[in-house]
Amino acid sequence: MRLSGSDLTCRRGGREVFAGVEFSLSSGEGLAIRGRNGAGKSSLLRMVAGLVRLAAGAIALEGGDAELTVGEQAHYLGHQDALKPSLSVGENLRFWTDFLGRRGAAIEAPLKAVGLDALIDLPAAYLSAGQRRRLSIARLIAVERPIWLLDEPASTLDATAQDRLGEIMQAHLNAGGLILAATHSPLELPGSRALSLDRPPRAPEEP
Amino acid sequence: MTALAAILVRDMRLAVRVGGGALMGVLFFLVVVTLVPFALGPDLVLLKRIGPAILWLAALLASLLALDRLFASDHEDGSLDLILMGRAPLEMVVAAKGLAHWLTTGLPLLVATPLIGLLLNLDAWASAALVATLAVGTPALTFLGLIGAAVAVTLRRGGLLLAVLVLPLTVPVLIFGVAAANAAVTGPTPFGTPFVVLCALTLASLVVGPFAAAAALRQEME
Repeated sequence: MRLSGSDLTCRRGGREVFAGVEFSLSSGEGLAIRGRNGAGKSSLLRMVAGLVRLAAGAIALEGGDAELTVGEQAHYLGHQDALKPSLSVGENLRFWTDFLGRRGAAIEAPLKAVGLDALIDLPAAYLSAGQRRRLSIARLIAVERPIWLLDEPASTLDATAQDRLGEIMQAHLNAGGLILAATHSPLELPGSRALSLDRPPRAPEEP
Repeated sequence: MTALAAILVRDMRLAVRVGGGALMGVLFFLVVVTLVPFALGPDLVLLKRIGPAILWLAALLASLLALDRLFASDHEDGSLDLILMGRAPLEMVVAAKGLAHWLTTGLPLLVATPLIGLLLNLDAWASAALVATLAVGTPALTFLGLIGAAVAVTLRRGGLLLAVLVLPLTVPVLIFGVAAANAAVTGPTPFGTPFVVLCALTLASLVVGPFAAAAALRQEME
Protein backbone atom coordinates (compact mmCIF):
# COMPACT_ATOMS: atom_id res chain seq x y z
CA MET A 1 0.00 0.00 0.00
CA ARG A 2 1.34 3.41 -0.93
CA LEU A 3 -0.06 6.82 0.02
CA SER A 4 1.20 9.85 -1.82
CA GLY A 5 0.39 13.53 -2.09
CA SER A 6 1.61 15.71 -4.89
CA ASP A 7 1.71 19.47 -5.26
CA LEU A 8 -0.70 19.96 -2.34
CA THR A 9 -1.91 23.49 -1.76
CA CYS A 10 -4.01 24.55 1.18
CA ARG A 11 -6.00 27.77 1.47
CA ARG A 12 -7.85 28.64 4.65
CA GLY A 13 -9.89 31.81 4.86
CA GLY A 14 -8.35 33.20 1.68
CA ARG A 15 -4.79 32.81 2.99
CA GLU A 16 -2.39 30.35 1.43
CA VAL A 17 -1.16 28.10 4.25
CA PHE A 18 1.21 25.96 2.22
CA ALA A 19 1.81 25.18 -1.42
CA GLY A 20 3.60 22.54 -3.45
CA VAL A 21 3.88 20.00 -0.63
CA GLU A 22 4.88 16.50 -1.73
CA PHE A 23 5.01 13.33 0.34
CA SER A 24 4.83 9.62 -0.15
CA LEU A 25 4.97 6.66 2.18
CA SER A 26 4.38 2.96 1.84
CA SER A 27 3.29 0.17 4.16
CA GLY A 28 5.26 0.04 7.37
CA GLU A 29 6.48 3.61 7.12
CA GLY A 30 5.85 6.56 9.39
CA LEU A 31 6.07 10.21 8.39
CA ALA A 32 6.49 12.96 10.95
CA ILE A 33 5.11 16.31 9.82
CA ARG A 34 7.05 19.23 11.28
CA GLY A 35 6.57 22.94 11.17
CA ARG A 36 6.08 26.04 13.27
CA ASN A 37 2.63 26.93 14.63
CA GLY A 38 0.29 27.73 11.77
CA ALA A 39 2.45 26.01 9.17
CA GLY A 40 -0.49 23.79 8.25
CA LYS A 41 0.36 20.47 9.95
CA SER A 42 -3.21 19.89 11.10
CA SER A 43 -4.60 21.11 7.78
CA LEU A 44 -2.44 18.61 5.89
CA LEU A 45 -3.73 15.75 8.06
CA ARG A 46 -7.33 16.91 7.66
CA MET A 47 -6.73 17.13 3.91
CA VAL A 48 -5.68 13.49 3.78
CA ALA A 49 -8.72 12.63 5.92
CA GLY A 50 -10.95 14.39 3.39
CA LEU A 51 -12.10 17.02 5.89
CA VAL A 52 -10.41 19.98 4.17
CA ARG A 53 -10.75 20.62 0.47
CA LEU A 54 -7.63 20.55 -1.68
CA ALA A 55 -7.02 23.92 -3.31
CA ALA A 56 -4.69 22.15 -5.74
CA GLY A 57 -2.85 18.86 -6.05
CA ALA A 58 -3.92 15.28 -5.49
CA ILE A 59 -3.80 12.56 -2.86
CA ALA A 60 -3.55 9.01 -4.13
CA LEU A 61 -3.66 5.63 -2.44
CA GLU A 62 -2.36 2.59 -4.30
CA GLY A 63 -3.22 -0.87 -3.08
CA GLY A 64 -6.11 0.22 -0.93
CA ASP A 65 -9.80 -0.54 -1.33
CA ALA A 66 -10.80 1.19 -4.57
CA GLU A 67 -14.42 1.45 -3.39
CA LEU A 68 -13.50 3.63 -0.42
CA THR A 69 -12.01 7.10 -0.11
CA VAL A 70 -8.70 7.61 1.65
CA GLY A 71 -10.51 9.07 4.64
CA GLU A 72 -12.73 6.01 4.94
CA GLN A 73 -9.63 3.85 5.27
CA ALA A 74 -8.00 6.09 7.85
CA HIS A 75 -8.18 6.75 11.55
CA TYR A 76 -8.01 10.42 12.56
CA LEU A 77 -6.86 11.39 16.02
CA GLY A 78 -7.48 15.13 16.21
CA HIS A 79 -7.11 17.75 18.93
CA GLN A 80 -10.54 16.83 20.26
CA ASP A 81 -11.16 13.41 21.69
CA ALA A 82 -14.68 12.79 20.27
CA LEU A 83 -15.96 11.53 23.63
CA LYS A 84 -19.32 12.17 25.27
CA PRO A 85 -18.95 13.06 28.96
CA SER A 86 -22.27 11.50 29.98
CA LEU A 87 -21.42 8.09 28.48
CA SER A 88 -19.13 5.66 30.27
CA VAL A 89 -15.66 4.74 29.02
CA GLY A 90 -16.99 1.42 27.71
CA GLU A 91 -20.04 3.01 26.03
CA ASN A 92 -17.88 5.61 24.28
CA LEU A 93 -15.53 3.01 22.85
CA ARG A 94 -18.39 0.63 22.04
CA PHE A 95 -20.13 3.38 20.05
CA TRP A 96 -17.09 4.13 17.94
CA THR A 97 -16.30 0.48 17.23
CA ASP A 98 -19.93 -0.09 16.18
CA PHE A 99 -20.04 3.11 14.12
CA LEU A 100 -16.72 2.50 12.41
CA GLY A 101 -17.88 -0.93 11.36
CA ARG A 102 -16.98 -3.72 13.76
CA ARG A 103 -20.07 -4.78 15.62
CA GLY A 104 -19.37 -6.83 18.71
CA ALA A 105 -15.62 -6.22 18.53
CA ALA A 106 -13.93 -6.82 21.86
CA ILE A 107 -13.35 -3.54 23.65
CA GLU A 108 -11.68 -5.02 26.74
CA ALA A 109 -8.36 -5.74 25.01
CA PRO A 110 -7.97 -2.24 23.49
CA LEU A 111 -8.86 -0.68 26.85
CA LYS A 112 -6.27 -2.89 28.54
CA ALA A 113 -3.69 -1.83 25.96
CA VAL A 114 -4.11 1.82 27.00
CA GLY A 115 -4.49 0.99 30.70
CA LEU A 116 -8.15 2.00 31.10
CA ASP A 117 -9.70 -1.45 31.60
CA ALA A 118 -10.39 -0.76 35.28
CA LEU A 119 -12.40 2.37 34.45
CA ILE A 120 -14.77 0.78 31.92
CA ASP A 121 -17.95 1.84 33.79
CA LEU A 122 -16.77 5.33 34.74
CA PRO A 123 -18.47 8.25 32.93
CA ALA A 124 -16.00 9.93 30.60
CA ALA A 125 -16.69 13.26 32.35
CA TYR A 126 -14.42 12.11 35.20
CA LEU A 127 -11.42 11.28 33.01
CA SER A 128 -8.30 13.46 33.00
CA ALA A 129 -7.05 14.95 29.74
CA GLY A 130 -4.44 12.21 29.41
CA GLN A 131 -6.98 9.48 30.08
CA ARG A 132 -9.33 10.95 27.49
CA ARG A 133 -6.53 10.89 24.95
CA ARG A 134 -5.75 7.26 25.84
CA LEU A 135 -9.41 6.34 25.37
CA SER A 136 -9.26 7.89 21.87
CA ILE A 137 -6.15 5.86 21.12
CA ALA A 138 -8.03 2.69 22.15
CA ARG A 139 -10.36 3.40 19.21
CA LEU A 140 -7.41 3.05 16.79
CA ILE A 141 -6.61 -0.38 18.21
CA ALA A 142 -10.20 -1.63 18.36
CA VAL A 143 -11.04 -0.96 14.71
CA GLU A 144 -8.57 -1.83 12.00
CA ARG A 145 -7.69 0.92 9.53
CA PRO A 146 -4.45 0.88 7.48
CA ILE A 147 -3.79 4.63 7.65
CA TRP A 148 -3.40 6.49 10.93
CA LEU A 149 -3.52 10.31 10.92
CA LEU A 150 -2.32 11.53 14.30
CA ASP A 151 -2.39 15.19 15.29
CA GLU A 152 -0.02 15.76 18.22
CA PRO A 153 -0.80 12.28 19.57
CA ALA A 154 1.55 12.56 22.54
CA SER A 155 0.22 15.85 23.91
CA THR A 156 -1.26 15.51 27.43
CA LEU A 157 0.26 12.01 27.78
CA ASP A 158 2.71 11.26 30.61
CA ALA A 159 6.08 9.59 29.96
CA THR A 160 4.79 6.04 30.52
CA ALA A 161 1.81 6.59 28.24
CA GLN A 162 4.05 8.14 25.58
CA ASP A 163 6.22 5.00 25.63
CA ARG A 164 3.08 2.89 25.39
CA LEU A 165 1.88 4.97 22.42
CA GLY A 166 5.26 4.44 20.77
CA GLU A 167 4.82 0.66 21.14
CA ILE A 168 1.27 0.83 19.75
CA MET A 169 2.44 2.86 16.73
CA GLN A 170 5.35 0.49 16.17
CA ALA A 171 2.99 -2.50 16.26
CA HIS A 172 0.77 -0.79 13.66
CA LEU A 173 3.76 -0.18 11.37
CA ASN A 174 4.98 -3.77 11.82
CA ALA A 175 1.53 -4.97 10.74
CA GLY A 176 1.95 -3.05 7.48
CA GLY A 177 0.16 0.17 8.46
CA LEU A 178 0.99 3.75 7.56
CA ILE A 179 1.28 6.63 10.02
CA LEU A 180 1.21 10.35 9.34
CA ALA A 181 1.80 12.28 12.52
CA ALA A 182 1.99 16.02 13.14
CA THR A 183 4.35 16.44 16.02
CA HIS A 184 6.76 18.80 17.73
CA SER A 185 8.71 16.07 19.50
CA PRO A 186 10.73 13.78 17.24
CA LEU A 187 8.72 10.70 16.36
CA GLU A 188 10.60 7.89 18.07
CA LEU A 189 10.06 5.30 15.39
CA PRO A 190 12.87 3.56 13.55
CA GLY A 191 12.66 4.16 9.84
CA SER A 192 10.32 7.14 10.07
CA ARG A 193 11.02 10.18 7.97
CA ALA A 194 10.20 13.81 8.46
CA LEU A 195 8.40 16.34 6.28
CA SER A 196 8.89 20.00 7.03
CA LEU A 197 6.22 22.51 6.12
CA ASP A 198 8.37 25.52 7.02
CA ARG A 199 9.13 27.66 4.04
CA PRO A 200 12.64 28.98 3.50
CA PRO A 201 12.79 32.57 4.74
CA ARG A 202 11.69 34.88 1.98
CA ALA A 203 14.46 37.03 0.47
CA PRO A 204 14.05 40.71 1.35
CA GLU A 205 12.46 42.52 -1.55
CA GLU A 206 14.54 44.97 -3.52
CA PRO A 207 13.51 48.57 -2.88
CA MET B 1 -26.94 -0.68 9.42
CA THR B 2 -24.64 -1.27 12.37
CA ALA B 3 -23.33 2.26 12.19
CA LEU B 4 -26.83 3.75 11.99
CA ALA B 5 -28.09 1.66 14.90
CA ALA B 6 -25.05 2.79 16.89
CA ILE B 7 -25.87 6.47 16.20
CA LEU B 8 -29.53 5.95 17.10
CA VAL B 9 -28.76 4.21 20.39
CA ARG B 10 -26.06 6.72 21.35
CA ASP B 11 -28.21 9.78 20.64
CA MET B 12 -31.14 8.39 22.59
CA ARG B 13 -28.85 7.54 25.51
CA LEU B 14 -27.39 11.05 25.47
CA ALA B 15 -30.88 12.56 25.39
CA VAL B 16 -32.06 10.75 28.51
CA ARG B 17 -28.82 11.17 30.49
CA VAL B 18 -27.80 14.21 32.52
CA GLY B 19 -27.80 17.35 30.37
CA GLY B 20 -29.83 15.71 27.60
CA GLY B 21 -32.88 17.41 26.12
CA ALA B 22 -35.46 14.60 26.20
CA LEU B 23 -37.68 15.88 28.99
CA MET B 24 -37.16 19.59 28.31
CA GLY B 25 -39.34 19.51 25.19
CA VAL B 26 -42.33 17.85 26.80
CA LEU B 27 -42.07 19.99 29.95
CA PHE B 28 -41.96 23.15 27.83
CA PHE B 29 -45.00 21.88 25.91
CA LEU B 30 -46.93 21.26 29.14
CA VAL B 31 -46.02 24.66 30.61
CA VAL B 32 -46.99 26.63 27.49
CA VAL B 33 -50.31 24.86 27.03
CA THR B 34 -51.12 25.12 30.74
CA LEU B 35 -50.54 28.87 30.69
CA VAL B 36 -53.03 29.48 27.87
CA PRO B 37 -56.27 28.86 29.88
CA PHE B 38 -54.92 31.15 32.60
CA ALA B 39 -54.24 33.89 30.07
CA LEU B 40 -57.56 33.57 28.21
CA GLY B 41 -59.84 32.91 31.15
CA PRO B 42 -62.40 30.13 31.55
CA ASP B 43 -64.18 30.59 28.22
CA LEU B 44 -64.78 26.94 27.27
CA VAL B 45 -66.11 27.70 23.79
CA LEU B 46 -63.10 29.85 22.93
CA LEU B 47 -60.66 27.29 24.36
CA LYS B 48 -62.20 24.50 22.34
CA ARG B 49 -62.02 26.61 19.19
CA ILE B 50 -58.35 27.65 19.52
CA GLY B 51 -57.16 24.57 21.43
CA PRO B 52 -55.74 22.68 18.42
CA ALA B 53 -53.83 25.76 17.23
CA ILE B 54 -52.32 26.28 20.70
CA LEU B 55 -51.28 22.64 20.95
CA TRP B 56 -49.71 22.72 17.51
CA LEU B 57 -47.79 25.94 18.18
CA ALA B 58 -46.50 24.57 21.48
CA ALA B 59 -45.45 21.32 19.79
CA LEU B 60 -43.66 23.27 17.07
CA LEU B 61 -41.66 25.34 19.56
CA ALA B 62 -40.97 22.33 21.80
CA SER B 63 -39.54 20.29 18.95
CA LEU B 64 -37.14 23.14 18.11
CA LEU B 65 -35.74 23.28 21.65
CA ALA B 66 -33.13 20.54 21.56
CA LEU B 67 -32.45 20.81 17.82
CA ASP B 68 -29.67 23.38 17.97
CA ARG B 69 -27.44 20.98 19.91
CA LEU B 70 -28.09 18.09 17.51
CA PHE B 71 -25.01 18.63 15.36
CA ALA B 72 -23.31 21.43 17.31
CA SER B 73 -22.35 19.16 20.22
CA ASP B 74 -20.85 16.61 17.82
CA HIS B 75 -19.01 19.41 16.06
CA GLU B 76 -17.54 20.80 19.28
CA ASP B 77 -16.14 17.52 20.60
CA GLY B 78 -14.75 16.35 17.25
CA SER B 79 -17.26 13.51 16.76
CA LEU B 80 -18.56 15.11 13.56
CA ASP B 81 -15.12 14.77 11.92
CA LEU B 82 -15.16 11.04 12.54
CA ILE B 83 -18.78 10.76 11.41
CA LEU B 84 -17.90 12.52 8.14
CA MET B 85 -14.95 10.14 7.66
CA GLY B 86 -17.10 7.08 8.41
CA ARG B 87 -18.26 4.62 5.79
CA ALA B 88 -21.96 5.10 6.56
CA PRO B 89 -23.62 7.56 4.12
CA LEU B 90 -23.93 10.96 5.82
CA GLU B 91 -27.56 11.33 4.67
CA MET B 92 -28.49 8.14 6.52
CA VAL B 93 -26.55 9.17 9.62
CA VAL B 94 -28.39 12.49 9.63
CA ALA B 95 -31.71 10.64 9.27
CA ALA B 96 -30.79 8.34 12.16
CA LYS B 97 -30.01 11.37 14.32
CA GLY B 98 -33.34 12.90 13.31
CA LEU B 99 -35.17 9.71 14.25
CA ALA B 100 -33.44 9.65 17.65
CA HIS B 101 -34.43 13.29 18.17
CA TRP B 102 -38.05 12.58 17.28
CA LEU B 103 -38.22 9.51 19.53
CA THR B 104 -36.94 11.53 22.49
CA THR B 105 -38.83 14.82 21.92
CA GLY B 106 -41.71 14.20 19.48
CA LEU B 107 -43.00 10.95 20.94
CA PRO B 108 -43.32 12.26 24.53
CA LEU B 109 -45.45 15.14 23.15
CA LEU B 110 -47.92 12.61 21.73
CA VAL B 111 -48.14 10.88 25.08
CA ALA B 112 -48.78 14.18 26.86
CA THR B 113 -51.38 15.46 24.38
CA PRO B 114 -54.51 13.56 25.64
CA LEU B 115 -53.76 14.75 29.17
CA ILE B 116 -53.28 18.34 28.12
CA GLY B 117 -56.39 18.15 25.91
CA LEU B 118 -58.46 18.11 29.10
CA LEU B 119 -57.19 21.59 29.96
CA LEU B 120 -58.44 22.87 26.61
CA ASN B 121 -61.90 21.31 26.89
CA LEU B 122 -61.29 18.68 24.19
CA ASP B 123 -63.36 15.49 24.20
CA ALA B 124 -61.92 12.01 23.64
CA TRP B 125 -62.52 11.96 19.88
CA ALA B 126 -60.97 15.40 19.38
CA SER B 127 -57.94 14.39 21.48
CA ALA B 128 -57.45 11.25 19.42
CA ALA B 129 -57.61 13.26 16.19
CA LEU B 130 -55.11 15.76 17.58
CA VAL B 131 -52.72 12.98 18.56
CA ALA B 132 -53.05 11.60 15.02
CA THR B 133 -52.19 14.95 13.41
CA LEU B 134 -49.25 15.46 15.78
CA ALA B 135 -48.02 11.89 15.21
CA VAL B 136 -47.92 12.57 11.48
CA GLY B 137 -46.77 16.20 11.70
CA THR B 138 -44.01 16.24 14.34
CA PRO B 139 -41.59 14.07 12.28
CA ALA B 140 -41.84 16.75 9.58
CA LEU B 141 -40.94 19.43 12.15
CA THR B 142 -37.88 17.44 13.27
CA PHE B 143 -36.67 16.64 9.77
CA LEU B 144 -37.11 20.22 8.52
CA GLY B 145 -35.32 21.32 11.67
CA LEU B 146 -32.34 19.14 10.72
CA ILE B 147 -31.62 21.56 7.87
CA GLY B 148 -31.43 24.55 10.20
CA ALA B 149 -29.38 22.59 12.75
CA ALA B 150 -26.87 21.67 10.05
CA VAL B 151 -26.60 25.23 8.71
CA ALA B 152 -26.06 26.66 12.20
CA VAL B 153 -23.62 23.94 13.29
CA THR B 154 -20.50 26.08 13.57
CA LEU B 155 -22.19 29.02 15.29
CA ARG B 156 -21.86 29.42 19.04
CA ARG B 157 -25.38 30.76 19.46
CA GLY B 158 -27.05 28.90 16.64
CA GLY B 159 -30.42 28.46 18.35
CA LEU B 160 -31.83 31.80 17.28
CA LEU B 161 -30.67 31.47 13.68
CA LEU B 162 -32.11 27.97 13.69
CA ALA B 163 -35.54 29.26 14.69
CA VAL B 164 -35.45 32.03 12.07
CA LEU B 165 -34.44 29.56 9.35
CA VAL B 166 -36.74 26.71 10.27
CA LEU B 167 -39.99 28.35 11.37
CA PRO B 168 -40.88 29.67 7.88
CA LEU B 169 -40.33 26.17 6.45
CA THR B 170 -42.80 24.73 8.93
CA VAL B 171 -45.68 27.00 7.88
CA PRO B 172 -47.30 24.47 5.49
CA VAL B 173 -47.08 21.72 8.11
CA LEU B 174 -48.67 24.05 10.66
CA ILE B 175 -51.48 25.09 8.31
CA PHE B 176 -52.53 21.56 7.38
CA GLY B 177 -51.92 20.15 10.83
CA VAL B 178 -54.15 22.72 12.48
CA ALA B 179 -56.71 22.48 9.66
CA ALA B 180 -57.03 18.72 10.15
CA ALA B 181 -57.18 19.06 13.93
CA ASN B 182 -59.83 21.83 13.73
CA ALA B 183 -61.90 19.76 11.34
CA ALA B 184 -61.98 16.97 13.90
CA VAL B 185 -62.70 19.25 16.84
CA THR B 186 -65.24 21.73 15.50
CA GLY B 187 -66.14 20.55 11.97
CA PRO B 188 -67.80 20.97 9.51
CA THR B 189 -64.89 20.70 7.04
CA PRO B 190 -63.66 17.16 6.30
CA PHE B 191 -60.75 15.76 8.33
CA GLY B 192 -59.34 13.59 5.54
CA THR B 193 -58.22 16.18 3.00
CA PRO B 194 -55.86 18.28 5.14
CA PHE B 195 -54.68 15.12 6.91
CA VAL B 196 -53.59 13.52 3.65
CA VAL B 197 -51.76 16.69 2.62
CA LEU B 198 -50.06 16.67 6.03
CA CYS B 199 -48.92 13.08 5.40
CA ALA B 200 -47.52 14.14 2.02
CA LEU B 201 -45.64 17.08 3.56
CA THR B 202 -44.12 14.75 6.15
CA LEU B 203 -43.04 12.19 3.56
CA ALA B 204 -41.42 14.95 1.49
CA SER B 205 -39.57 16.37 4.50
CA LEU B 206 -38.31 12.90 5.47
CA VAL B 207 -36.52 12.81 2.12
CA VAL B 208 -35.53 16.45 1.67
CA GLY B 209 -34.38 17.07 5.26
CA PRO B 210 -31.53 14.53 5.49
CA PHE B 211 -30.18 15.33 2.03
CA ALA B 212 -30.23 19.11 2.57
CA ALA B 213 -28.76 18.77 6.07
CA ALA B 214 -25.97 16.46 4.86
CA ALA B 215 -25.11 18.88 2.05
CA ALA B 216 -25.01 21.77 4.53
CA LEU B 217 -22.77 19.79 6.91
CA ARG B 218 -20.30 18.92 4.15
CA GLN B 219 -20.16 22.57 3.14
CA GLU B 220 -19.74 23.83 6.71
CA MET B 221 -16.87 21.51 7.48
CA GLU B 222 -14.66 22.77 4.68
